[in-house]
Amino acid sequence: MHSTRRRMLLATTAAATLALGACGGGSDENGGGDGEAGDGGGDITLSVATFNEFGYEDLLTEYEEQNPGVTVEHIKADTADNARAALRNSLGADSGAADVEAIEVDWVTEFQQYPDKFVDLSSEEVEGRWLDWKTEAVTLEDGMLLGYGTDIGPEAVCYRADLFEQAGMPTDREEVAELLEGDWDTYFEVGQQFVDETGIPWYDSAGALWQGMINQVEQPYETPEGEIIALDNPEVRELYDQVLAASVDDGLSAGLGQWSADWASAFQGEEFATMLCPAWMMGVIEGNAEGVEGWDVANVFPGGGGNWGGSYLTVPAQGDHVEEATKLAAWLTAPEQQIKAFEAKGTFPSQQGALDSDTLAESSNAFFNDAPTGQIFAERAEAVTVTPFKGPRYFEINTAMADAITRVDVDKTDDPDSSWDKFAAAVEELR
Amino acid sequence: MTVTTPTPAPAPAPAPAPVADRPGRRGGGTGRWGRWDHRVSPYLYIAPFFLLFFVTGLFPLVYTGWVAVHDWDQIMGQGEFVGAENFVSVLTSDDFWRALVNTVSIFVLSSVPQVLAALAIAGLLDHHLRAATFWRMGVLLPYVVAPVAVALIFSNLFADRFGLINALLDTVGMEPVRWHSDRLASHVAIATMVNFRWTGYNALILLAAMQAIPRDLYEAAAIDGASSLRRFVSITVPLLRPTMIFVIITSTIGGLQIFDEPKMYDQFGRGGADGQWQTLTLYLYELGWTRADFGRASAVAVLLFLLIVVIGVVNFVISRRIASEESR
Repeated sequence: MHSTRRRMLLATTAAATLALGACGGGSDENGGGDGEAGDGGGDITLSVATFNEFGYEDLLTEYEEQNPGVTVEHIKADTADNARAALRNSLGADSGAADVEAIEVDWVTEFQQYPDKFVDLSSEEVEGRWLDWKTEAVTLEDGMLLGYGTDIGPEAVCYRADLFEQAGMPTDREEVAELLEGDWDTYFEVGQQFVDETGIPWYDSAGALWQGMINQVEQPYETPEGEIIALDNPEVRELYDQVLAASVDDGLSAGLGQWSADWASAFQGEEFATMLCPAWMMGVIEGNAEGVEGWDVANVFPGGGGNWGGSYLTVPAQGDHVEEATKLAAWLTAPEQQIKAFEAKGTFPSQQGALDSDTLAESSNAFFNDAPTGQIFAERAEAVTVTPFKGPRYFEINTAMADAITRVDVDKTDDPDSSWDKFAAAVEELR
Repeated sequence: MTVTTPTPAPAPAPAPAPVADRPGRRGGGTGRWGRWDHRVSPYLYIAPFFLLFFVTGLFPLVYTGWVAVHDWDQIMGQGEFVGAENFVSVLTSDDFWRALVNTVSIFVLSSVPQVLAALAIAGLLDHHLRAATFWRMGVLLPYVVAPVAVALIFSNLFADRFGLINALLDTVGMEPVRWHSDRLASHVAIATMVNFRWTGYNALILLAAMQAIPRDLYEAAAIDGASSLRRFVSITVPLLRPTMIFVIITSTIGGLQIFDEPKMYDQFGRGGADGQWQTLTLYLYELGWTRADFGRASAVAVLLFLLIVVIGVVNFVISRRIASEESR
């Protein structure tokens, strides 16, 4: 009798665990309600889906106060990838999307393939609100505006002043900017001097440099006519050879894959001296390099300007309150509101009006030696001149390219030529 | 086991007794209704499961086959009928075969040690221990930990440059292992995560079966002078046969569908820059959700299903043969 009871207990435990395990997966894909009509006449509920930190919490409360009868529900995804998957599912099923959906600049091209699923947001009211290149990226050929710009990621160079000093190089951010002023060759030449002097790699990862380089090419992988030119475009191959020669042959790269555990740990040591640095990267550096002194940021970027990341607000056409949702999206992305979001979570504004504001100009960052980051990144944003054409296959081709670079720079399983062949095979498969 | 039958079992009748001739077994229902009730109601009782299975299991299964023979975009939905084109393009792609090799390699590296270790742990837990429940719950702990948390811990252990394991190897003067760049090393690392999670779970299932083995068998063997190892090999293992088959088949299915661990093994979740640890499910995910090509993703799903069936059958046959030989 005793042993039967024990056995039953065991079975129950096993069953309970199974049930627990089953609860663990799934169930977080729901994009959110479709904004059903509230209880009172004319009362509506709008839902806004964002990811990571947009800094919208207080703004949404403010909007509710200004607009009686409107309730705003905020759905926050933990990562951008989850938000993308949820939105894709909702679009495929034609239901479940929030009234206002945030999208990342990297997925803009893929969602441009489905203009019918979104509301055209173009209007006179918002014309000229954003930096030109920010708007261009979401404007379709027929003039449809897919999304309202929120933040951007203008790139500067972050550096370790203490390591620069070791190498006998200038440490002041103005002088460093002057030293690095020029094209990628200049950046590599200075890096070579640094490495010869200290033996410490110049930058963290060749893949990160590639992001900076390829975003300065007008038509990197595809033509607007829909032809894939990644393999025939001499510029792509030249940049590829250039970045790998500098990274591996000259040993300028620390060979760390960005976002890997090794990469995050490396901030605690003296593993590299500079990083290409979009505005939002400052928070990442500060988090990983906690306790390390010497980080600073220079108002310069190899080859001119560069942008990495940033988001938009879109209005899916499936919603019940499309007009109200458009109004909310327009309000959230107005310069006044974006400044508040920037103050809350550091999302760097893409709006011309916000970039010129005093609040932005006066903001500084204590971790980066009190650098006037607002002013520096506003200038870096102005320096962005090229809007690369990113076709529907951009994401996949660039991923294949990032893999190719990682194989040589991080994994060291291939040389540049054999890795290129694998990249070529991956691209051929997409044609 | 049959339900209690008060009527004496009919002696082996020379003539085949027609089913309808059997007397009503229950006092309440007699005649036609009773017979109908008796014959149909067991099926009605298990029907909810099968209804649920049809809706949530069989329908998606068949529908996946339907999607696999079409051009199917994730967002735009069904396109043209393309026949076997998706299958051909998957089967001629190097990525598929590489993913297949990775999957099988990780499966072998995880399932085999896992079942053996589970058997050993269950054998130990079967002894009279103080605070038995504590130890039994203890082996289940890794299973309760969320896979994401496991991946976080292990990614720090298996980091190429600043990982704990490589640091330890370094202190004893050994070369660091390139856990992410090297294909086999990455498989070992992922198999370790899988084993960490599932060994205790399988051990508990085997333990439950062990406790059902009559104790007098052991006592008799002990009196005959069999050592405890001998008792384990000659009594425990053969009598665990049905449970072993269950454990092996579930771990086969789980092993071939492995997703969480390789997905979270690096920061990108695509199975490495050279696909070193891209498993079939990761490949399926990439086709379906990165390239939005549900047609080809479904083709991979169908192939994976067939593979699991084949390996499952082989497994079943082998483990049955082994177990029946041992019991002889």
